[in-house]
Amino acid sequence: MTNSVAQAADLVASDFKSGSNREKLELLLEYSENLPPLPERYAEHPDLFERVEECQSPVFLFVEVENDQVGVFFTAPEEAPTTRGFAGILSEVLNDKPVSQVLSLSDDFPDQIGLTEAVSPLRIRGMRAMIYRIKRQVREKVA
Amino acid sequence: MSAEAENTPKFLEYAHPEVLVTADWVAQNLDNPNVVVVESDEDVLLYEIGHIPGSVKIDWHTDLNDPVTRDYVDGAGFKSLMERSGISRESTVVIYGDKSNWWAAYALWVFKLFGHEDVRLLDGAREAWAASGRSLTKEPSAVTPSSYPLIERDDKTLRAFRDDVLAHFGNPLLDIRSPQEYSGERTHMPDYPQEGALRAGHIPSAVSVPWARAVNEDQTFKSRAELETIYLGEKGLNTDDNVIAYCRIGERSSHSWFVLKYLLGFENVRNYDGSWTEWGSLVGVPIVRGEEPGLAPAPRR
Repeated sequence: MTNSVAQAADLVASDFKSGSNREKLELLLEYSENLPPLPERYAEHPDLFERVEECQSPVFLFVEVENDQVGVFFTAPEEAPTTRGFAGILSEVLNDKPVSQVLSLSDDFPDQIGLTEAVSPLRIRGMRAMIYRIKRQVREKVA
Repeated sequence: MSAEAENTPKFLEYAHPEVLVTADWVAQNLDNPNVVVVESDEDVLLYEIGHIPGSVKIDWHTDLNDPVTRDYVDGAGFKSLMERSGISRESTVVIYGDKSNWWAAYALWVFKLFGHEDVRLLDGAREAWAASGRSLTKEPSAVTPSSYPLIERDDKTLRAFRDDVLAHFGNPLLDIRSPQEYSGERTHMPDYPQEGALRAGHIPSAVSVPWARAVNEDQTFKSRAELETIYLGEKGLNTDDNVIAYCRIGERSSHSWFVLKYLLGFENVRNYDGSWTEWGSLVGVPIVRGEEPGLAPAPRR
């Protein structure tokens, strides 16, 4: 059985919290490298994706909801590893989870994992914006 | 000892040709013990996925900013940063980065607050390296720690604080942000996070010159003649004007500051690093909305 959003979020948080700033950045880099590529059915549909304006790098996201399961898809260039790292974390925590659990992820999650100091408050804003936009799209799709 | 300046015809046009180098020059000087190449990016992980061989990373947030006070590192902090980066007071420092060198220019400006003599930018930014047919590496760079003197930061010559801006009215102010930020039309929408300032608009009398106007599509700086057309012609500035530039947190305005100071030869130009995140939240300071600069209020001294 897969973890709930809360469990997955706790796992990520404990991984990040234990390290130095340098180790946190290394871990974020791993998430960035592990960001899943877009499934074929969406790769040809840039029109479906919403740009996260708050990120200084171009990152786009798209949410699908099917049978109460949420799918979150991101696309960001290789040259934006920090943004890709944020996306990789959110993908791991939120993908294939029930709607109610996705909506219950704390808006403060980026702060709770203790990344702010390592990447700067301005940069972490981009991750908060991704959460806002994911939840908004989920709400729109179940409305 | 400083490395030799690069005298390409384009650079020679500028007021201070020695502040720019090409990727070829960097490649020829990779083993020059007097040269330290520094990468400084918006993206805090970009250096890790590939950098110029032998370069060191200096991050605006984790290295140049004080972790507690909203300010830059002090003399001791800068000394320590230089020593662990292998930079001595006599080193020629070449900085490059992403985003057309925004953060590289910002880092250069901080180096200048500490009076480091020889700091240059790679014209064309991080992209220039790949564009020259060379590859970046993930190899960690071997750094020989250096010795650097304790230098007191000079906050008067190249840096402006909010009170300096209030006293500056009547002299030119340059707003480097996007037209939407300048006019104040960018406000928040439902479910969208807000920008980090409580008011939108610009400082009265500030002229809008978005930073990107200074660069070509390949991220190199425009020629001196083209820059003069924009800043001197269209905007009516004179090189002996007393100018303050600002943006949101001072990074994009460092880029334009660099253009005015070194490429066009303005003697008296400062960067207001508090910028809109400070001014847009300050109690009781004047703000103008819309596309017009608005009138300069009486200076407050």
